[in-house]
Amino acid sequence: LSHGAGGRAMAQLIAEIFHSALDNEWLRRGDDQSVFEIGAGRLAMTTDAFVVSPLFFPGGDIGSLAIHGTVNDLAMSGARPLYLTASFIIEEGFPLADLARIAQSMGAAARDAGVFVIAGDTKVVERGKADGVFITTAGVGRLPHGLELSGDKARPGDAVLISGSIGDHGVAVMSKRENLEFDCEILSDSAALHGLVEGMTAAAGASLRLMRDPTRGGLAATLNEIAQQSGVGFRLEEEAIPVKPEVAAACELLGLDPLNVANEGKLVAVVAPEAAKALLDAMRAHPLGRDAAIIGAVVANERRFVQLKSSFGGSRIVDWLAGEQLPRIC
Amino acid sequence: MFAEKRPTETVEIRVRGCVQGVGFRPTVWRIARRLGLAGEVYNDSEGVVVIVGGASNDIADFITRLRCEAPPLSRIDTIETRPFTGETTQGFRIADSLRGGADTQIAPDAAICAACADEVVDPSSRRYRYAFTNCTHCGPRLTIVHGVPYDRTMTTMAPFAMCEECAREYADPGDRRFHAQPIACPVCGPRLSLATLENGSFDLVGAQDALAAAARLIGAGEILAIKGLGGYQLACDATNETAVNHLRHRKRRDAKPFALMAEDLAMVRNYCRLSEEEAELLSSPSAPIVLLEVKGPLRLPRAVAPGLNTLGFMLPTTPLHLLLVRAVSRPVIMTSGNWSDEPQVIDDAEVPRRLGAIASHVLTHNRRIATRVDDSLVRVMDEAPRVLRRARGSAPTPIRMPSGFRQAPPVLAFGGHLKATFCLLKKGEAILSQHQGDLEDAATLDDYQRNQKLFAKLFEHSPEALVVDRHPQYATSRLARTYSGANLPLIEAQHHHAHVAACLAENGYPLDASPVLGIVLDGVGLGDDGGIWGGEFLLADYRDYRRLGSLKPAPMLGGEQAAREPWRNLYAQIAMAMGWRAFAADYRELEVYNFLDAKPRETLDAMMNRGINAPLASSCGRLFDAFAALLGLCRDRQAYEGQAGALVEAAASGGPVREAGPGYAFKIVSSATGLAQIEPAPMWRAALQDCCSGVLPGLMAARFHKGLAEAVAELAARLRESHARLFDTVALSGGCFQNRILFEEIARRLRGAGFAVLSHAQVPTNDGGLSLGQAAIGGALLIRQG
Ligand SMILES: [Fe+3]
Ligand SMILES: [Mg+2]
Ligand SMILES: [Zn+2]
Ligand SMILES: [Zn+2]
Repeated sequence: LSHGAGGRAMAQLIAEIFHSALDNEWLRRGDDQSVFEIGAGRLAMTTDAFVVSPLFFPGGDIGSLAIHGTVNDLAMSGARPLYLTASFIIEEGFPLADLARIAQSMGAAARDAGVFVIAGDTKVVERGKADGVFITTAGVGRLPHGLELSGDKARPGDAVLISGSIGDHGVAVMSKRENLEFDCEILSDSAALHGLVEGMTAAAGASLRLMRDPTRGGLAATLNEIAQQSGVGFRLEEEAIPVKPEVAAACELLGLDPLNVANEGKLVAVVAPEAAKALLDAMRAHPLGRDAAIIGAVVANERRFVQLKSSFGGSRIVDWLAGEQLPRIC
Repeated sequence: MFAEKRPTETVEIRVRGCVQGVGFRPTVWRIARRLGLAGEVYNDSEGVVVIVGGASNDIADFITRLRCEAPPLSRIDTIETRPFTGETTQGFRIADSLRGGADTQIAPDAAICAACADEVVDPSSRRYRYAFTNCTHCGPRLTIVHGVPYDRTMTTMAPFAMCEECAREYADPGDRRFHAQPIACPVCGPRLSLATLENGSFDLVGAQDALAAAARLIGAGEILAIKGLGGYQLACDATNETAVNHLRHRKRRDAKPFALMAEDLAMVRNYCRLSEEEAELLSSPSAPIVLLEVKGPLRLPRAVAPGLNTLGFMLPTTPLHLLLVRAVSRPVIMTSGNWSDEPQVIDDAEVPRRLGAIASHVLTHNRRIATRVDDSLVRVMDEAPRVLRRARGSAPTPIRMPSGFRQAPPVLAFGGHLKATFCLLKKGEAILSQHQGDLEDAATLDDYQRNQKLFAKLFEHSPEALVVDRHPQYATSRLARTYSGANLPLIEAQHHHAHVAACLAENGYPLDASPVLGIVLDGVGLGDDGGIWGGEFLLADYRDYRRLGSLKPAPMLGGEQAAREPWRNLYAQIAMAMGWRAFAADYRELEVYNFLDAKPRETLDAMMNRGINAPLASSCGRLFDAFAALLGLCRDRQAYEGQAGALVEAAASGGPVREAGPGYAFKIVSSATGLAQIEPAPMWRAALQDCCSGVLPGLMAARFHKGLAEAVAELAARLRESHARLFDTVALSGGCFQNRILFEEIARRLRGAGFAVLSHAQVPTNDGGLSLGQAAIGGALLIRQG
């Protein structure tokens, strides 16, 4: 891939790659913008930039991740994701074959999720000014009537649910990046969650307070964020939080806490206690929520601490980490 | 009429120190009455004030006697005298407290005194076998108080209305119980009861004499929960192996040594060597657990203190304990009532849920414990008692700060993350909280905050600045940042600088004296370069420091995980010292080779080489961990913090260290940035060579201690030379100085090299002392800023 002279031809080529991979009626029209009809009601909109190293990892790549991430951010509001845009910053010299692979993967992820990438842009920058490819996606979705989910709605007594095992994505990406071999391969959980969400909103309705996808910073960061927003604390049961044995083993060896490790296909839900069971059943009925679990409860706590109760009865404070965990044990 | 021959005068005497709530005023009253002096005595916010009129020589005599006859729990720091011109009264009286402002002192809890001990075993006494007997010279203080001024209504004795007899004793300045706030007797005071915990609930047993019944149960091998002074305890017969094992298992405490209670010194001597100093400590009013060396073969089950050659003994602290332990007439395990990692239970309501699965019965009573206070732990090292855990009996006695600190504004220091304490700096005194425990645990953290509020109230302290450790992930860092009434200046103190400052402060090192060489041998703390420190040579005063040297850093594979699993440090040390290939070539026949070879080396190497969660640490604690792993004393996982180090020390204590032959040589090198470093590579070679020749682990451990001590002293001497002999005082601090051998070997060598050696005594050398150092740093910086 080159930049500068001859760039025009190259830009053409790149555009071609994406157009064919993401093909839909709007892209085919070739205008500078896409025009679409959307019914009355409320919309949700979001955007997210994706930088990941390595670009290809077990269970996904930056392309599928860029679709799933934005779809999930929309879905966490209860919205049905509809249209996305994507822009690409590509480092000069990046192999075209890899770019094609990413584009294909994006196309497949979008089709699976039932969304359309209807506008996009590509820029090639000088060598060293980017790390392979950066992708930014934005998306809009339509909200069903009567759903008002928000991070400030958690109330003491509410139940906290997770849709499945934690830590898979972060460990998968790290093991690929650092070339770490574990006894059995760990796959990223990267997935689009709006299908799961549809079943959840149907089952819990107005009892559902909020949902959030615990991506960067893991479950610990997400719950701490909600605790701040809602002015509450959390009490989690360590034993109830699903962690795959291979992920637990890898974390143990690396000295990582699965609670701090990123996920890309999981969601946390906070729900009124009386609807917790119905919500859990609805989640388990969906393939992406098979391992869903009730992992704890919202509690009143002035200091907004997230506490993890161990099987022994002791409980520790789960902090969010700014950067790496530094040893504290003296 | 003859004029009075002897000159008379009236003076105001101000006494500072620990003089409130300890029977000081009645002592003053008795002495004044005896000498026929007129006047009065009262407490004010700075101590005790005595107005006294009479013959000049009698007044001089009065002051002398005051010093000699001061009550046992008091401590006089200064006595100042000045002429008094106000009106005086006839006779001598004790004026009500609060005349000159609030009473701001809370004394520590004191173990039962000799007079009370005699009473409770005297059948003719009305307090015969009464478990709550106390007087002005003994009994509960901090554990029962929840507000100021310190009088009965502000304690958990408030619900117990004094009977006539007690009220009379309380009001009589000639009585041992004059103004003893917790005064009680069988008629009016708290009562014992015995309950079963079998069904997860509290069922009263109709035992006439709960104490006798409890003693019988312990004798029969049961585990009992006992409501002690500062929290529930768990007790069982220490000579009964089955009972001890059950307790370990049920409390989920694998190997951490249990404390023992003996009925008297003679019983302690059956098991341990006891110096005069140690005997005195055991019998002192603070009655701490004293760490003692086992005498001859251990005649208690190994499970009491697995792998160690020390036992922690204490003597009965309350009449309850005295009567109980005497009835059992064997050493009794007396450990905190909790599951491992949780704080000690103090609420009756929590007993069934939290202790029901551990104990069969509970010996309890109807007086509430206001504040959790654990047992203190002391060890005699380098010829002086060293407090390793400062709690019951010691806290909250103020520590007098060195000259120069009186000008410092009030400061609140938050301490560390584990073994946390906090510290209030006020008017030239440092009030260090009792040991709070590990703030990893949420309940402990709650307690810590409650106690911070309590202390603010008890000592009328509102800080003008906060001090925390520089580590952003300590629980205390987060607390300080959300401290109510925020917007206070927040000072971040480097961990090892705070260790040094704590050592300076408790040794009275003056504020503006020249810098010392701080030698901090520690676990881990965050350095100012973002790295992990823990074996540091700092040129330091209260305000500033410069790092001159350290142990050579090695990666902590898996970060904090390396503090739990000693083998990770051995793997890293070997990689640093010689590389795996050389190790494999030379030591393939050793079993430790096979042990390490079975680990996922590829991943470990990747972590090491690419810095994946493998921070470099110059930690002395981790070096001990690595050595424990080499010797096979503790490889896979430490059962408690500091276990590996304790086991290496215990191994070295098998024989006289001096006869172990030369220590393993370390090397002193210079880092890329010009920092002097102690390089352990030659030590590892020599130790591995010893492994090959089948040298006993005990001998190897001794050589390790000696070699390390040699290197530390050598580096100190070299730094003194390369810094134009700027300093000749060293301050020793950090958790590794809990190790007696290491401490004594280092101190001896430093003194031999002409250094003046400062070390910890009143305040723990571990992170329990950190808050004092932080407070000193904060105070010193604020004084400079004016
Ligand atoms: Fe420390
Ligand atoms: Mg996002
Ligand atoms: Zn007494
Ligand atoms: Zn009475």
